[in-house]
Amino acid sequence: MAQAPADPGSAEAADPEESSPNMIVYRKMICEQPVALSCFSRDLSSLDKYADEIEDIITRMQDDKTGGVPIRTVKSFLSKIPSVVTGADIVQWLMKNLSIEDPGEAIHLGSLIAAQGYVFPISDHVLTLKDDGTFYRFQAPYFWPSNCWEPENTDYAIYLCKRTMQNKARLELADYEAENLARLQRAFARKWEFIFMQAEAQVKIDRKKDKTERKILDSQERAFWDVHRPVPGCVNTTEMDIRKCRRMKNPQKVKKSVYGVTEESQPQSPVHMPSQPVRKTTKEDFRKQITFLNLQIDRHCLKMSKVAESLIAYTEQYVEYDPFITPAEPSNPWISDDAALWDIEMSKEPSQQRVKRWGFSMDEVLKDPVGRDQFLRFLESEFSSENLRFWLAVQDLKKQPLQDVTTRVEEIWQEFLAPGAQSAINLDSHSYEKTSQNVKDPGRYTYEDAQEHIYKLMKSDSYARFLRSNAYQDLLLAKKKGKSLASKRLTGLMQSS
Amino acid sequence: MCDQTFLAVVFGPCDKCSKEKPLRAVYIKSEQLSYCSLCVEMMATEGLHENETLASLKTEAESLKGKLEEERAKLHDVELHQVAERVEALGQFVMKTRRTLKGHGNKVLCMDWCKDKRRIVSSSQDGKVIVWDSFTTNKEHAVTMPCTWVMACAYAPSGCAIACGGLDNKCSVYPLTFDKNENMAAKKKSVAMHTNYLSACSFTNSDMQILTASGDGTCALWDVESGQLLQSFHGHGADVLCLDLAPSETGNTFVSGGCDKKAMVWDMRSGQCIQSFETHDSDINSVRYYPSGDAFASGSDDATCRLYDLRADREVAIYSKESIIFGASSVDFSLSGRLLFAGYNDYTINVWDVLKGSRVSILFGHENRVSTLRVSPDGTAFCSGSWDHTLRIWA
Repeated sequence: MAQAPADPGSAEAADPEESSPNMIVYRKMICEQPVALSCFSRDLSSLDKYADEIEDIITRMQDDKTGGVPIRTVKSFLSKIPSVVTGADIVQWLMKNLSIEDPGEAIHLGSLIAAQGYVFPISDHVLTLKDDGTFYRFQAPYFWPSNCWEPENTDYAIYLCKRTMQNKARLELADYEAENLARLQRAFARKWEFIFMQAEAQVKIDRKKDKTERKILDSQERAFWDVHRPVPGCVNTTEMDIRKCRRMKNPQKVKKSVYGVTEESQPQSPVHMPSQPVRKTTKEDFRKQITFLNLQIDRHCLKMSKVAESLIAYTEQYVEYDPFITPAEPSNPWISDDAALWDIEMSKEPSQQRVKRWGFSMDEVLKDPVGRDQFLRFLESEFSSENLRFWLAVQDLKKQPLQDVTTRVEEIWQEFLAPGAQSAINLDSHSYEKTSQNVKDPGRYTYEDAQEHIYKLMKSDSYARFLRSNAYQDLLLAKKKGKSLASKRLTGLMQSS
Repeated sequence: MCDQTFLAVVFGPCDKCSKEKPLRAVYIKSEQLSYCSLCVEMMATEGLHENETLASLKTEAESLKGKLEEERAKLHDVELHQVAERVEALGQFVMKTRRTLKGHGNKVLCMDWCKDKRRIVSSSQDGKVIVWDSFTTNKEHAVTMPCTWVMACAYAPSGCAIACGGLDNKCSVYPLTFDKNENMAAKKKSVAMHTNYLSACSFTNSDMQILTASGDGTCALWDVESGQLLQSFHGHGADVLCLDLAPSETGNTFVSGGCDKKAMVWDMRSGQCIQSFETHDSDINSVRYYPSGDAFASGSDDATCRLYDLRADREVAIYSKESIIFGASSVDFSLSGRLLFAGYNDYTINVWDVLKGSRVSILFGHENRVSTLRVSPDGTAFCSGSWDHTLRIWA
């Protein structure tokens, strides 16, 4: 059973017999608590995704056969420190095995693994990883977070009480622990005798264990409580996102005691909402799925190469407008603390860059209030603004509260579509028929068909003319009013080209 | 006497309609039932449907799924990052925290930008909803919700109201008043009612309509004035955690992501699901459209972010690293769509090159999970909210 592990990585290992307790202790602990582990079979639910990953990393880290970290017993002043690894070794292992280039990143990840309780500093309550010679120890699987621990305060009280009974300097309570103990003594005043007895029983059990084993187990127990009752100011990693709580593998949270204390039934935590009954897939569900799938199969899709080109083209067109890539002019307000950029944008004078953007697509003109205004004014000057005004009116209709919809539908009909309408728009007979039908049952989408039609018309006609217009070109070339003769000729040239 | 043959007719309650009538024996799937003659006639005319068993429908669905995958695979002629090799690499980025907003007493769960590019609304676990001028870091409004875990909040397009909700299963709208004497909570309007927690909400391009997503597995569109349900969206098999409206001026679609690992694109008019994507291994916490509206990104508990293109109808990129093992809670694009900012449960923000698929930068600073992240309307900065009670503006 006692195998001297082949440990090529550790240069300073004590002789093999001394390094073997490390292995025995771990194996023993796994065997000692089979009941606890079997209750909570490996869960594949989404909630434990990161826990599974960490456990995999931790297991690999301890596997000396595949290049794990060197776990060794270190000789200290008068005693030996069993089963430890340095922070630097952990950081190095992470960098090598997870392809991390930056030590800072490895330290951050290592600190998170420590904060979750999988590895801990032997001389500190604060669970963080340092890239130096500080010693760390691995947590026993019994205490792993994936076992759904939610230890009660009675267990914590027993633990703190037990600590005060052990006359070891290194096990003295920290200030915050002493405060916690005092609080618990007040809260559990009536059952303190019971707690005291449990603590005494635990001390007796502990005394029976081998000295080295006790050192290790004591530290692991302490690390467990550092996770569940963290040092004030430290992140409590056991806090959960409430949206994911009720789907946990132990929704009823059968509270098991760390010290085997049977508790009277706990009221169910308000955090655990009843989970929804799982609906079985019905025939109707499958029929819907089949209809949906058939629609998808019939859908015309683009090839990846085309899609890639399109995505690349879009980013290339807009990259000059992206302040994260092309610094904003005159400055990024957040960096310079100067809101000049926003003041300029509010003014009625649009910059060349902004005007250029209107030329990318009609949506850009319609999206920008100044662009929309320019577009409208241009069309008005040509007495052809009814299409745009109709489009804007329908957009406005869709923004109305429900109770105003019917009135607006009627107003739009009167202005743009009724026989003899003031701003008659030009719809083909099919659309017109459909729209007149829709108007009989007015709603937000009454003019959807007509609007689509007009949009297409504007894109190919009005918008194209707008881009070629003097008004637009002047803005684009940032010409001021009162041009010289020379520039007028230039505009003429551009129009004819 | 000759033998007489009698036809024995049973008279009694029909097994189908329960009426007292003369019955005939009928065999359905080897089971004998007694139907009245009317029910027998009706059953005979129902005909074909009865031939479809649950199993046969399931098989048909499976085979169609296979065929769909085949068809899509035919169009998969190249990878995005391969085509993007010709694109110039991005330079080094220096992104720092430019503002830190302190004032929440507990985990910040959600935030949204105002169209004015500087104001934001944020909500937290302790029920507080705060409106800030993040440029000056001043708090301008604060309201306490009657519930804890306010998981969703949104700014109205006009800048004159905010919406929020959470464990109360509702979405409420608060008009923002600058009258110091007026109590914000007094004008509160309850708009949406779900049967489980509210996970996300967003105004459409108007102050008058709100789109919501809920733990009850549905999304819904509401008229703010009347509180009436305009359209509901059913299809997710579990909690819906996030949604995003398509950025088009004429668009009537939105995308949602849920605990069923699916991202679904919906038609707001009909309530129908138009497209569906299921490649994540775990809950989808966040979805955001690519600025052109042709694609969207998702962030999931499986520690990856993915890009889905609507025209190709498939996943086109995965953003992941061996060293990233905690879930992505929140994603958003920079203005050009070249960068994807993603906040993670490991307290960091990773910045991805959308086209090349590589990580450009990792940002440290938050001291607990990053729960929410949005880029400002003009793309000059992005804001992250965290369980460490603070919000940070990065640029």
